[in-house]
Amino acid sequence: MNTYATRTRSPRPEPFAVHVGIAERLGLAHMDWPLTIAAVALVAFSVFTLGQATQHDVPGSPHYYLERQGIYAALGVIGMLLLTRIDYSRFRELRVGIYTFLCASVALVFVFGFAARGSRRSFELPFFSFQPSELGKLLLVLALAGFVIDGARRGSRIQRTVRYLCLGLAPAALVFLQPDLGTSMVFVVATLAVMYFGSVPWTHFAVIGGALVALIALVLVAAPAVGTPVLKGYQEERLTSFLSPHEHERGAGYQQAQSKVALGAGQMTGRGDKATQTRLDFVPERHTDFIFAVIGERYGFMGAAFVLSLYALLFWRALRIVTLSKNSYGTLVAGGIAVSLLFQVFVNVGMNLGIMPITGIPLPLMSYGGSSVLATFLAVGVLQSINVQAHLSQRGRFAW
Amino acid sequence: MFARKDQMPEGSRLSLRIAVLGGVAVALFGILSFRLWNLQILSGDKYLAEAKNNRTRSFKVIAPRGDILDRDGNVLVDNRTSLALQLNTLKLPDDPVEERAELKRLGSLVHFSLRRVRRTIREEEEVAAGAPVTIRRDVGYDLIAYIEENQRKFPGVAVQRVFVRHYPDGTLGAHVLGTVGEVSEEELKERPYKHLESGDEVGKAGVEYTYDRYLRGQPGLTKIQVNALGQPTPGGQLVSDPPTPGENLKLTIDPEVQAAGEAALASRGLPGAFISMNVDNGQILGLGSFPTFDPTVFTKPMTQKQVNDLYRDPVLAPLFDRATEGAYPTGSSFKIITALAALENGVITPGTTIVDNGELIVGGQSFHNAGEASYGALTLVPALQVSSDVFFYTLGLDMWDSNDLQEWAHKLGIGRPSGLDLPEEFEGLLPSRQWRDQLFKEGLTERPWSAGDNIQLATGQGDLQTNPLQMALAYAALGNGGRVVTPHVGMEVVDAAGRVLKEFAPKARRKVHIDPGSRAAILEGLHEAAQVAPGTAAGVFGGFKVPIAGKTGTAERPGHADQSWFAALSPYPDPRIVTIATIEEGGFGAESAAPAVLQILEAYYNTQATEVSSAGGTE
Repeated sequence: MNTYATRTRSPRPEPFAVHVGIAERLGLAHMDWPLTIAAVALVAFSVFTLGQATQHDVPGSPHYYLERQGIYAALGVIGMLLLTRIDYSRFRELRVGIYTFLCASVALVFVFGFAARGSRRSFELPFFSFQPSELGKLLLVLALAGFVIDGARRGSRIQRTVRYLCLGLAPAALVFLQPDLGTSMVFVVATLAVMYFGSVPWTHFAVIGGALVALIALVLVAAPAVGTPVLKGYQEERLTSFLSPHEHERGAGYQQAQSKVALGAGQMTGRGDKATQTRLDFVPERHTDFIFAVIGERYGFMGAAFVLSLYALLFWRALRIVTLSKNSYGTLVAGGIAVSLLFQVFVNVGMNLGIMPITGIPLPLMSYGGSSVLATFLAVGVLQSINVQAHLSQRGRFAW
Repeated sequence: MFARKDQMPEGSRLSLRIAVLGGVAVALFGILSFRLWNLQILSGDKYLAEAKNNRTRSFKVIAPRGDILDRDGNVLVDNRTSLALQLNTLKLPDDPVEERAELKRLGSLVHFSLRRVRRTIREEEEVAAGAPVTIRRDVGYDLIAYIEENQRKFPGVAVQRVFVRHYPDGTLGAHVLGTVGEVSEEELKERPYKHLESGDEVGKAGVEYTYDRYLRGQPGLTKIQVNALGQPTPGGQLVSDPPTPGENLKLTIDPEVQAAGEAALASRGLPGAFISMNVDNGQILGLGSFPTFDPTVFTKPMTQKQVNDLYRDPVLAPLFDRATEGAYPTGSSFKIITALAALENGVITPGTTIVDNGELIVGGQSFHNAGEASYGALTLVPALQVSSDVFFYTLGLDMWDSNDLQEWAHKLGIGRPSGLDLPEEFEGLLPSRQWRDQLFKEGLTERPWSAGDNIQLATGQGDLQTNPLQMALAYAALGNGGRVVTPHVGMEVVDAAGRVLKEFAPKARRKVHIDPGSRAAILEGLHEAAQVAPGTAAGVFGGFKVPIAGKTGTAERPGHADQSWFAALSPYPDPRIVTIATIEEGGFGAESAAPAVLQILEAYYNTQATEVSSAGGTE
């Protein structure tokens, strides 16, 4: 007697007739719209501000910065849309290639790079100069997250932590030598962020934190004392001058003092075309590092707070995508991107507000520059991809 | 619902880490927002004051225009500094009502409407934002004093020194020198003015216009840091790019000839013009028109009366250069062209005799000599000497159905542009069969070309319209044996140290073949007309030591009294200069134009003519 019961499966009901629309095909259906809107609004505000504030910067072509930033923004949006449709998990398989490319491109700048103001950071291309370290921020996150997932079961916890640190700090050191202190700091922060979401124990972070404090003390105090300074003179001055701006009225502190005056003068509603601080060359690098001061002076607290809230929106959506990710790789990548964006925004805005040192970190999506705009949009594209993949793998899931 | 937590063992730890990061982010954004609030809202007033106290400003440093010199190196035009009223818009009151009141007060001081003040500000702001706006140039000291005394009523108003054209010799050579003025909107779009900004000065007329690119300098730029009162802060000069003054222009003008010519015209008190030119190279030694104008009036705001005098008087029209823009018949001074055409085309030889019995009747119409004179049988030389009209009427009649007379007049420069280096020039009108027949076909005239037209042209009458400049070219070509030179007043561009940077020596425009025999005969006739009794101008030039060849002209202008002409080539028989004068309503050629030419030649040769009692013939 056959005691085995045979279960007869009723045939699976045919799904509804699926009409795959154009939005679905492009992945737009599962894009995170607030994130998209925040990014596009930021870059649009940047183009608008540049158009108004830099009319007289390049004699004979009042729209020089406006046009170029507009083109970079358009390219960035296209790049973001392309990445949205790609499954980011592919990058995990390509981690070794990505990492090699990252280190090689950053190193090649030393050989073929275009020197500007004493540092080699970028390649001179026909249309714009490409700065590999900008894209490198994203590449480092993509590769390092792959290494973390891949090596999660190999070696002891300490070995793993040391391994991640070495992988992250190698390109950071290369960038530091360019010299580009600001970007190398972003590399370090991105590394720590990936490790943070890669479940490196709190105790290890405590040790790393202690080491960092010791390192800073060594670089700023001990090394100059024994006559082997690590930082260039101007770097050190920039890092320390914000602590005592009035001693450096004409030097590095001058820039920050002027930036503060510009922002303060903007008051609630801004000075519009009467914005003398940022129009008459008092604030340096007004189209790149100090664009936040331009916004603050021209459009006042309303404009500056608007920009800050867009960044808050951007970061909140990025953090949300961290929680949604369908796999740990996505969590690590999204976390790395989110933290490095937050870090850049805080350091740059803080620098404009005079509470952070001058480090030459651009304000993502606002500062003029093709490499930065493009790289940030690609990073947002990766976040979108994580969001899209999460939705495709698990529809109707809880989300906050 | 919470499936994820169950599936992923790390879930809870991840949530914690996300929560920590979220908290950090909230803290960071909080810090930024608080700091922003603190800077912009709590301390905003302090920083705004600091910003206003703290500005760089770029000043365009105006470059002086180059000087204009006569051929001896004497200054005809240089610069003086003058006071300009400037407004620093950043210091205008913030309150729109107060701002409006100040602009209105300011406008009433310089006779500008509020709208015009605002337009001036807007235009200059577009060009150089933040730089002081020039409201009005060349204001008087009394106005400055008033503003200084009432400084509190006029915040932001300041006085700036600027360069203004200065004419040491007053009106001398006004038509040649021309004027300068602010570049216009239309001019800014043209190529030579591409790098200029509104408010810059450019040449508007005369050599100031033609040689503008040499005379105009390059403005400099000084960037200085200034405080809220507009005072430069100590050591605040940031960048300085000095202005490059314009180069000096040396003209071919001979100051004595120019002065004598203008004085001669002025003494007659009638509208007229003169030109004196080197026959070999076209250098103009003197060129003037009466009534003239004072170029200084263009350097200051004009009064309505000045505007009316300059622009609204169609009869005197002082800006009108009669020497180059005039449109006159020439009377008998045209006869050298008729004579050349007849000789060169074999209509007559120097020995051909024509009987002048006082009138020539063609088709029932009578053409007669002036004053009912008749001179009997004449060859060319005496015909020129006494200026027999019948002799030349006959030549006109003989050439009426050919185009010979027109061809020669055209070749010698009548009725066509001369290539003169001054902006305005009237092309003239040389009546011809083709011209009149065309008009007739279009119904603009009542008859086609007739013999009478050519007879009139032969004596410089009828529809002919030309000017002293074109006549000078024709006489110069006769004098130099056939070269039609390019008349010019620009000679050299020299730098401040007097080094010659560029020379202007334009080549002759055409070479016309003139038989030496014909030339000699005509010059002889002109010499006898000028200096041998009963020559038409012998009464004027009989006592002049320098031998000359000259021709009177008495042109009938419809609606006007006769216009007096005189053209002289000197010295005879190898002339070096041609001098022509014409006086509107001046009567016979010998009456007013010939004495004017004599005055010029006396100045050129620095010798006086002795009185001659014998009165010359009429014409």
